[in-house]
Amino acid sequence: MPTTAPALSLPPLISTLIAPLPKTPMEVLLTRFTRRLVARRPELLQRLGAVVKVPIAIVPDDMPHAFLLSLDNDKSSVEICDKDQITRAKAVVRAPFLVLLGLLDGTYDADALFFTRDLKIEGRTEHVLALRNTLEEADLTPGEFFGLSGRPAQWMNGFSGTLLDKAKRLAGNGSRNANSMEQDGQR
Amino acid sequence: MSKEEKQMELVCPAGTPAALRAAADAGADAIYCGFANETNARNFPGLNFSPTELADGVAYAHAKGAKVLVAINTFARAGSIGLWRQAVDDAAACNADAIIAADLAVLEHAAEKHPDRRLHLSVQAAANSPEAIRFYSDTFGVKRVVLPRVFSVPEIAALNREIDVETEVFVFGGLCVMTEGRCSLSSYATGKSPNLTGVCSPPDHVDYREDNAGRLLAQLGGFTIDSFEKNTPAGYPTLCKGQFSAEGRTGYLFEDPVSLNAFELLEDLAKAGVTALKIEGRQRGKAYIAGVVSGFRRAVDGLATGTDAGPAIAALKTFSEGGRQTSGSYKKTWR
Amino acid sequence: MTATKRIELALGPCFFNWSADKLLDFYARIADEAEFDCVYLGEVVCGKRMPFTDTVWPQAIERLERSGKTVVLSTLAQPVSKRERNILKQQASYDMPIEINDMSLLPSREARPFTAGPFLNIYNEASLAFLAKQGAVSWCPPVELPLESIQQIAALVPEVAIELFAFGRLPLALSSRCYHARAHGLSKDSCQFICERDPDGMNVATLDGERFLAANGVQTLSHACHVAALTRDHLNTSGIQRLRLSPHMSDMVAVSNAFREFLDGALDAAELEAQLEGLELPGPLCNAYLKGEAGWKKTSLPA
Repeated sequence: MPTTAPALSLPPLISTLIAPLPKTPMEVLLTRFTRRLVARRPELLQRLGAVVKVPIAIVPDDMPHAFLLSLDNDKSSVEICDKDQITRAKAVVRAPFLVLLGLLDGTYDADALFFTRDLKIEGRTEHVLALRNTLEEADLTPGEFFGLSGRPAQWMNGFSGTLLDKAKRLAGNGSRNANSMEQDGQR
Repeated sequence: MSKEEKQMELVCPAGTPAALRAAADAGADAIYCGFANETNARNFPGLNFSPTELADGVAYAHAKGAKVLVAINTFARAGSIGLWRQAVDDAAACNADAIIAADLAVLEHAAEKHPDRRLHLSVQAAANSPEAIRFYSDTFGVKRVVLPRVFSVPEIAALNREIDVETEVFVFGGLCVMTEGRCSLSSYATGKSPNLTGVCSPPDHVDYREDNAGRLLAQLGGFTIDSFEKNTPAGYPTLCKGQFSAEGRTGYLFEDPVSLNAFELLEDLAKAGVTALKIEGRQRGKAYIAGVVSGFRRAVDGLATGTDAGPAIAALKTFSEGGRQTSGSYKKTWR
Repeated sequence: MTATKRIELALGPCFFNWSADKLLDFYARIADEAEFDCVYLGEVVCGKRMPFTDTVWPQAIERLERSGKTVVLSTLAQPVSKRERNILKQQASYDMPIEINDMSLLPSREARPFTAGPFLNIYNEASLAFLAKQGAVSWCPPVELPLESIQQIAALVPEVAIELFAFGRLPLALSSRCYHARAHGLSKDSCQFICERDPDGMNVATLDGERFLAANGVQTLSHACHVAALTRDHLNTSGIQRLRLSPHMSDMVAVSNAFREFLDGALDAAELEAQLEGLELPGPLCNAYLKGEAGWKKTSLPA
């Protein structure tokens, strides 16, 4: 059996730098943009089905905090909390931060990450699946998440793409994950 | 034979409109998808299309020169056949190029009400002989049959010599070990199955747990069906690829966690008279769709141009269950 | 008010690789001692086994018919090879009742009467009505189909007699791969007919050590033993005319006697189940498929 090397983990230095950042402004910002997204695209909540209102914890392995996501029209929220404060969550998704970002924008295939053990799920599998499938449809590029369109969106996606590539190189010395096709220039 | 001369058609999966666009962009000749209800065999939460999304998807695919095939391939529930008939009518109204069905009731409705719409026989019908296939083509005007995974390549060639309809075979992705449409393992453990409810190993009956040694334990319906050591690749929580003990040994009794990859056999399949190649994975993400479809696009084109698609196909290995691939029943030794 | 109708008993085809001698003895005893109205026989699971039992069937049929039982030839559920297909064609032309387990056989029956077996994917009234037009006079539903669905279908397609799978390990799946051969490190082509070692199927346990499934060559069955302890009145109102008992190494004469007494009102459901459990069944009782739940479970059925 092939063993897998730790993938795409942020260097400890970055984690340490992130740790003391103020949580509340981040929460407010993430919650605001999530509510806007849901209002802009009501079909996403429809696709989510029974998972609406169900709190799901997103836990980046390589960051000090966890995100508690709850999607529910204008009551949607993103909380940032300690990793031991996610007992409310009906399901938990764990992966390195950059892997989670890659799942948001569709760079990675969740099943493949599950096969390689880079992605772990606990709790109600059906909720994770519904969220994953909805995110697939959401096409959540950074521009889309921040509600941008046209040139600002392109700029945002380009900027964050460059940033992500740099971070990925830093994290994994180039991902071993052939799942991300960008190395083969096939996308 | 003209069947052999034509380039094989690449039939690709889409579980969401975004995946449909990804497949069309990556060079799919045809895209198959289903409605968001129990009428199709990938009835998972968050997946599939509303009639409006399908109509938009058909328009997008057609603009890219791709066809859309709508899978209405479960067996209609007694007393509720209307839902399945409505799905057929909706697919036709969305201008889908073909309907993929397995149930006699659905096939009958499609043949009667939409005689001009192409009808494909789903793999779920498990038509495994020329006699069965001829029955479906003579009775319902089925134009293409998706072959159950019971045949070796020489058997497919022999079959094609005996039938007039097109054949479509799976070449990549999840691999049923049992004959499709003839398996109730999932409902035995959970009460839900592909034939009854359009799901295998329903996610609301799946539980993952990591033990202290870092082993990932997969449970279905409360039964522990697999255990993956720390840092070793995992697979789907299906019974046919679970670990069991029998005759004093514990292991993968039915099949290992593995996915199909028939890339090496494409030329043989072309010679065997196969019309279309099917990629499994309506539950997969856009990254999978884009990667696998473009890889196989290159491979199919390569049959004519001689371009080597080997490296592109090799890169698809991490998409496979357990990080491993097999050519399944296409080689007789698999049995 | 409709009169209470007697529920018939049928013996299903034997799924396992029993020797010719064993089969002859088995059917002789069934002919002489068991109260079946109808007996299905023939190789259903694996075409490779056929040459060994070909000689059995004419003798068994003759013996059973002499004892006044209706004999139905049950046919291969997954014919693929040329040889298997030719055998099916031959069987279709026999002048005797036949059970179809694969759509391959439908055209060659040319609308002569047949039983639609549990391996056909008939899940609703329209598909059964379709088969009725093709000659189906009797139907044994797929084992996973809930009783509620069967009742609905029975009410809408009254011209077809309904026979419920009521006893035995549940036939769950078919494959082109032989699991007996695989478990013994053999391939299907050189299987040495190793499945004959397990006359009730090979026990398969989960990682928790619970017995769960049973392998029988290319077929997978349940470990648990399904028992549909539905009373005559319940069966009458459900539109079910016959119960099918699937052969096992357990004393099938005793099994059929217990069911007969239960259907005639001499035993209640609990007594039937208690009697059956005393008969060295291949696994614990289960019945929850009837309620649309996980098939391995045992649940209380309405009286």
